Amino acid sequence: MPKTTEFLAALEANGYDFFAGVPCSLLKGVIRRFDAEPRWGYISAVREDSAVGLAAGAWMSGKKPAVFLQNSGLGVCLNALVSLNAIYEIPTLLVTTWRGQGGKDAPEHLVMGEIMQSYFDLIKLPWRVLGKETVADDVAAITREIDRRKVPGGLIVPAGILDASR
Amino acid sequence: MHRAEAVRLVMEAVRDELVVVCNGMIGREAFTAKDREANFYMIGSMGLALSIGLGTALARPEKRVLVLDGDGNVLMSTGVLASAAAAGAKNLLHVVLDNEAHGSTGDQATISSKVRLEAIAKASGYRWAERVPAERLQQELPAFLAREGPAMLLVKVEKGNLHGIARVIHEPPEIARRFARACQA
Repeated sequence: MPKTTEFLAALEANGYDFFAGVPCSLLKGVIRRFDAEPRWGYISAVREDSAVGLAAGAWMSGKKPAVFLQNSGLGVCLNALVSLNAIYEIPTLLVTTWRGQGGKDAPEHLVMGEIMQSYFDLIKLPWRVLGKETVADDVAAITREIDRRKVPGGLIVPAGILDASR
Repeated sequence: MHRAEAVRLVMEAVRDELVVVCNGMIGREAFTAKDREANFYMIGSMGLALSIGLGTALARPEKRVLVLDGDGNVLMSTGVLASAAAAGAKNLLHVVLDNEAHGSTGDQATISSKVRLEAIAKASGYRWAERVPAERLQQELPAFLAREGPAMLLVKVEKGNLHGIARVIHEPPEIARRFARACQA
């Protein structure tokens, strides 16, 4: 059973109120809900780093932003994360899918699928893998970490948790 | 007209707008012309000034947001022109100082001598996007600042950097805190 409803409730419970991103099939359920429910105000961004920039402006305006992306988009975001968020101390939740997990996926996902945790470590950002049975706890834990450190943090989403809209 | 003079005219015309300034010399020139809490000096993340400005404009629809941008920054994220238009950000104004060069790295040519950025903005769905002659910038600015956005005013400026332009003295976290205070005031 997907956990999309539980995940969206956890985002709201943790205060998130600004959403932007670029989709991934592993986020199909969440994005479908965003598209069906205008109250979320989800912004379909043209690039993942633009979504990070939108989130930065929103954060300074008093919002609590979450950005949605495939892990391929992490590479696109590198300069934004290190030369915007890191130095200005702007927190953002990066809901990042785990394509290429376990080396079983299309070729374009294999390298990032293998290195994404190391990538977060290298640029000194916290991350946490979303567990199917621990959705609320995981969202709360990574949120505490990014609020405490005033940095973006990755919530890594494996297949089978947010792919369907319920 | 030199870019620093154009920046000075823009900063003199600004009243209570939130101003997001792109990286490079434009930020230093804006700081030198008129430092204020409501200025966000983006010192890194080239290409993202419009994204930051759009995020601010959408989160604070009751405020007016001005993005002070350069041709190099706009060319790096032309897709975000479409984002601003698609979002229908009425409170977003975009001034582009186009010197057809990467002015902070040695005036290497961009491609804006061959590409009309205001035409891209218009085709993307900006409500208004025009190139204004530098000698008319000062008189056009008050009307531009009152426009419904997204609106782009592009002005061609001279290449080259003036002496005596200060570096932004505030540390980045302080720039963000000041801007956040102005956004949330």
